[in-house]
Amino acid sequence: MKGRAKPFFDATRIPGDLAPIATEPSPMLPGDWRTLRPVVDRVKCVKCAVCWLYCPVQCVVEKPRWFDFNLATCKGCGICAQECPQRAIAMIEEAA
Amino acid sequence: MSALPQAKDLPRHVVCDGNEAAAWGVVLSRPDMVAVYPITPQTSLVEALAQFAADGTLDTEMVEAEGEHSVLSVLQGACLAGARTYTATSGPGLAFMFEPYLRAPGLRLPMVMSIVTRDTLSPQCVWGGHQDAMSVREIGWIQMYCESVQEILDTVIMAFKVAEHRDVMLPVNVCHDGNYLSFGVCRADLPEPSGVDAFLGKPDTNWHVALDPDRPMGVDPLTGGGGGPGPALFARYRKGQCRGMQNALGVIADVHREFGERFGRRHAALVEEYRLDDAEYAIVTIGSMTGAAKDAVDEARRLGQRAGLIKVKTYRPFPLQAMAQALAKVKAAGVVDRSVSFGWNSGPLHQDVLGTLAMLPQRIPAVSFIGGLAGADLTVEHFARALETTAQALAGARPLAPVWLNEGDR
Repeated sequence: MKGRAKPFFDATRIPGDLAPIATEPSPMLPGDWRTLRPVVDRVKCVKCAVCWLYCPVQCVVEKPRWFDFNLATCKGCGICAQECPQRAIAMIEEAA
Repeated sequence: MSALPQAKDLPRHVVCDGNEAAAWGVVLSRPDMVAVYPITPQTSLVEALAQFAADGTLDTEMVEAEGEHSVLSVLQGACLAGARTYTATSGPGLAFMFEPYLRAPGLRLPMVMSIVTRDTLSPQCVWGGHQDAMSVREIGWIQMYCESVQEILDTVIMAFKVAEHRDVMLPVNVCHDGNYLSFGVCRADLPEPSGVDAFLGKPDTNWHVALDPDRPMGVDPLTGGGGGPGPALFARYRKGQCRGMQNALGVIADVHREFGERFGRRHAALVEEYRLDDAEYAIVTIGSMTGAAKDAVDEARRLGQRAGLIKVKTYRPFPLQAMAQALAKVKAAGVVDRSVSFGWNSGPLHQDVLGTLAMLPQRIPAVSFIGGLAGADLTVEHFARALETTAQALAGARPLAPVWLNEGDR
């Protein structure tokens, strides 16, 4: 796990065996549990931005000649690959 | 919103049925939000609350939800936002409420809900019995069963104090018998409103879990699983819940004592012993049947029998110590259930009594009686028969199967 969570308020006086609550945000991002990652074929990509429109977590990043992905927030759903009119995106299994 | 009702505007005595008595208890407890969906035999309770709210007698936010599942869900949100909440249901309504009903104790939400008890379907019936409330006896709600119209009014008030006690923080069911208490009309006295305000104090429902922008938190995040900190965390919450239930026994006793001192009406908190001290045998009862059962005990005494009675008021958490003390005084017990334990071919209360008897040094016979199902009357004659059978068990003739008290009714 990267980074360290900061509690929102002082919850130390709430007993730890009462109601289940979370008082600090989880430092995990969708990229931490992804099983497939999108890989762009830069030759096929025409920058039509269909992937940018469809991405549910808005992790598509614009590059000079193609679109790429912020892999910290990409959850690997593959919608971009499904919707790409150029078939320019492949979903590749993450290394274990 | 109308002005708060003044103490002088409320009657000191009312003549009403058990459902209206519960509604008067709600008026005096001043919940911030009430959501109720009508269902027989609880309907007149909803009507009374709606009328009180329309008159300005009850200053609360009344939510008309589309069903019991929504009723309890709405109230859980309100409770998490700091509101004192009340609802009431019965039989199939309780069944429809089951999903949020399961969640409330684990979230430690101090809500109060009347169950106007009704037998469960099928066979199709709309009449009283304890099968609905008994079917949810292991969900984690506190359950108290009332004997009289007055006890309903008083117990609804006490329930809020028990639920919101910081050592408890659990939802409470105040159970009263459908038909026999819900529609039975009696005189009831109202405790003084300002006294009830002082008794209950301000609502205290969300210091530990809240929907509150000033204290942002995730409510009920995914907890448990097979690895990491999950198993230990889940066990810690469950153990805390069990501790809250055990704490409730002492708190219920304290709250009943304080209510008696403040308002002059004393109700047995956990278990009531009736003519038990020199009794040879006793019947164990729960709920409104107890009145007729006491009459039967009086009659047996008049005939020279050493009969006694043990009434259970608090059923969950089960008052093990109080019950063991009471049972230690007799040599045989007959347990009368108004519901069935299908798994054991006896009554649920009978099973609890058998469990208690395992704590005692001496083994005594405990006969299971089942009666009063689906509105059937349990009369003095039925209890006389139960007492006689229990006396025979003491002499060695013990029925091994339950005795169905209404089986021979004509």
